[in-house]
Amino acid sequence: MTEMSKIVKTITNIAFPFVLIYGLYVISHGHLTPGGGFQGGAVVASGLAMILVAYGSNWAIKKVKEKDLSIFESLGAIGFISLAILGLIFGSVFFKNFLTGKEILFGKIPEFGSTIANINTAGVIPWMNFAVGLKVIAGLFAIVLVMAYGTRHLKGGA
Amino acid sequence: MFSNRDLFGALFLSVVAGFLIFSIFTIHPFGFPNTPEMDDYIINNCQEETGANNGVTSVVFDYRGMDTLGEATVLFTAVAAVVMLLRRVKKND
Repeated sequence: MTEMSKIVKTITNIAFPFVLIYGLYVISHGHLTPGGGFQGGAVVASGLAMILVAYGSNWAIKKVKEKDLSIFESLGAIGFISLAILGLIFGSVFFKNFLTGKEILFGKIPEFGSTIANINTAGVIPWMNFAVGLKVIAGLFAIVLVMAYGTRHLKGGA
Repeated sequence: MFSNRDLFGALFLSVVAGFLIFSIFTIHPFGFPNTPEMDDYIINNCQEETGANNGVTSVVFDYRGMDTLGEATVLFTAVAAVVMLLRRVKKND
């Protein structure tokens, strides 16, 4: 894909930080508000795809390699499974929420009913959200980047 | 005229459509599930057991974490397949 006009690039430069912040907010507040790792990761990955479309795949492939994205995706998957296995070690079963009730590291328990949102709750769920968010960001952007770069031999591509 | 294949397709389609229309009239009303025991348990206990204010996330990442593991595996497989098929090769291919 070739790069697009200056108008598109300028609008992308303005909109990209807000998309990024919104996606990271959805990931980090997954245990309080609707959304989570998958949804926020999809938002961030679509922001990165916007950059890719505006600046062209030849520019993007110089900045980031798909091998690095694969490493980040594998790190997310390993973190997710490690948290589940830590639940098996410190708790009783696979996917046991072993951090809840510990008062540290997102370990508080909120009162019953609708309470004020406290980000220091939910035990292992925010960590799993971060791992899945990293995995989805890297995975979806790797798919989009590689597919965009694969069109370079076609007519109209560069 | 219509071939046997067309007639079979129309018959199959009408059977499926009739089944779906029939199921609309026998479905439970919105907001009143047939077996509310599991819903009530999760609504009453998810904050105390998992600490998450968001009940949906407590189900996705705690009660049914194995489902999320499968979902992550599907994504991992998709990324591995796409990167393997469209990876960069040497210039003179």
